[in-house]
Amino acid sequence: MLLNENTRAKYQAEICPVLDNRVVSPGYHRIQLQAPAIARTVEPGQFVQVFMPSRHSQMLPRPFSVYRADPAAGELTLLLEVKGRGTALLAEVSAGAALKLLGPLGRGFPSPPPHSLLVAGGMGIVPLAFLAASTGAPGTLIYCARTAGLLVCPRPELDRPGLSIIEATDDGSRGEQGTAADLLSRRIEGAGAVFACGPRLMLAAVKKICRRAGVKAWFSLEERMACGIGACLGCAVATTGGYRRVCRDGPVFPAEEVILDE
Amino acid sequence: MNEKTFKPDLSVNLAGIALDNPILAASGPFGYGHEYRELIDFKDLGGIIVKGISPEPWAGNPPPRVTETPSGMLNAIGLQNPGLEKFLAEDLPQLRGSGPRLVVNVVGCSLEEYAEVASGLEGAEGIDGLELNISCPNVKAGGMAFGTDPDATRRVVEAVRRRTGLPLLVKLSPNVTSIVAIARAAEAAGADGISLINTLGGMLIDTGQKKPLLGNVFGGLSGPAIMPVALKMVWEVAGAVKIPVLGMGGITSADDALQFIMAGARAVAIGTGLFYDPDLPAQIKTGLIEYLKQENLTHLGQLEGAARL
Repeated sequence: MLLNENTRAKYQAEICPVLDNRVVSPGYHRIQLQAPAIARTVEPGQFVQVFMPSRHSQMLPRPFSVYRADPAAGELTLLLEVKGRGTALLAEVSAGAALKLLGPLGRGFPSPPPHSLLVAGGMGIVPLAFLAASTGAPGTLIYCARTAGLLVCPRPELDRPGLSIIEATDDGSRGEQGTAADLLSRRIEGAGAVFACGPRLMLAAVKKICRRAGVKAWFSLEERMACGIGACLGCAVATTGGYRRVCRDGPVFPAEEVILDE
Repeated sequence: MNEKTFKPDLSVNLAGIALDNPILAASGPFGYGHEYRELIDFKDLGGIIVKGISPEPWAGNPPPRVTETPSGMLNAIGLQNPGLEKFLAEDLPQLRGSGPRLVVNVVGCSLEEYAEVASGLEGAEGIDGLELNISCPNVKAGGMAFGTDPDATRRVVEAVRRRTGLPLLVKLSPNVTSIVAIARAAEAAGADGISLINTLGGMLIDTGQKKPLLGNVFGGLSGPAIMPVALKMVWEVAGAVKIPVLGMGGITSADDALQFIMAGARAVAIGTGLFYDPDLPAQIKTGLIEYLKQENLTHLGQLEGAARL
């Protein structure tokens, strides 16, 4: 187990000026914030709770995996999909406004060993883009979606030396044609470890492939959340060790501990 | 009165529990306090009501357990808790002496289980009171079954009363025809105070998946959506019993808190509001002081039931 059971997150609330908010693809926003305290300590796989703008203060904060962090500049970037009322409100914020953030929260990814495979399904790209950017020898990133329009992460923001990127779509509209499982099974041999984030069905397939190949895998999970710090037990997921909290015990879990609908 | 030195007194006595201020963390959202301790100043809380404790550990309900609703949220956590023994060994020592008064929420599946927890907590250092949870809508056995019938309420309160000398609050469910009848039964059976309200039963369906959104199918509705319902019930109960009332249900501002106090509550508890803004206890405390100053009142107690006169 690479994660230390006794590691306690040190999180704090921070009022963060919005530096930039732009549409990267219809319905997808990239929000850049000045968040020096969080940017300084956040690790790949950790997340932040974003509180609603004050006039909508009677809504729950929304959890987002961190997409990029620049500790030197004190900047934090989120990539979000407009899915409901909360994300729609956040998509409206403009540069100059401020958002209250709480973070960094949860346990992130362990350090990837050489020849790691990063598997991202759709918006699962967010924590993996951060992981790829933060590691010396990032290995291979398999970036999949149903169709080209759902590969929303701007390619220049993923490209970096030492990272081989394979894009794929179920319908073949961009990159290779095939699912994450198809692509992973062709490359699993000799892999150092697998790091995955995406839909549950994808994770279930990834888990099977890794188990068969004897390769260690780590999953970043998502669940509906309320407090975000581990108090309310709202974001429980089933694991071999009983219900565990995505927000505090995760969001990154060893794949073999996660019970998916297999 | 001297503007500079005038500092209104927020302290209240809730059922024998002396509170520095009338703002408590409601049972549930706050867990056992460990996580919020890293985030908020406990001095802003008069008391903490820890999440329900049963004799043995409870695993809780399958996910999803929470979802947002218009002006509120639904939850079906299922009273997941570490059980009495682990609470005493691991959680209580960390909370003891943290500042706010400590009230332990007690749950069980039978009279015997409620009594067992009460006995187990008796004499444990650092506990200032008990809150009997006979109102959780999210567990099949026990829970709300005890809180929807006056006779069952009387029996469970009597069973616990025999086992504890601690101040005893009884937390009522709003999912009843007459909450006044339940409150009177609790009072007659020896309760020192009444907490209300717990969540209102509710559900949502995921039309994409064609199945209930919560893993437990039904959940409890909380947040600002239920505040007027809670306020009415506090008003009714405060007018029907002699013991003090702890009001809760959708409080998200000092004005909300004042409304509960003016309806007859001695103190208030914050649940879902803490999720919207962890600074809420501090904001309410500041707001109460400002209001008292503005009204030239020296004690918060002067406002208890003020709207009833």
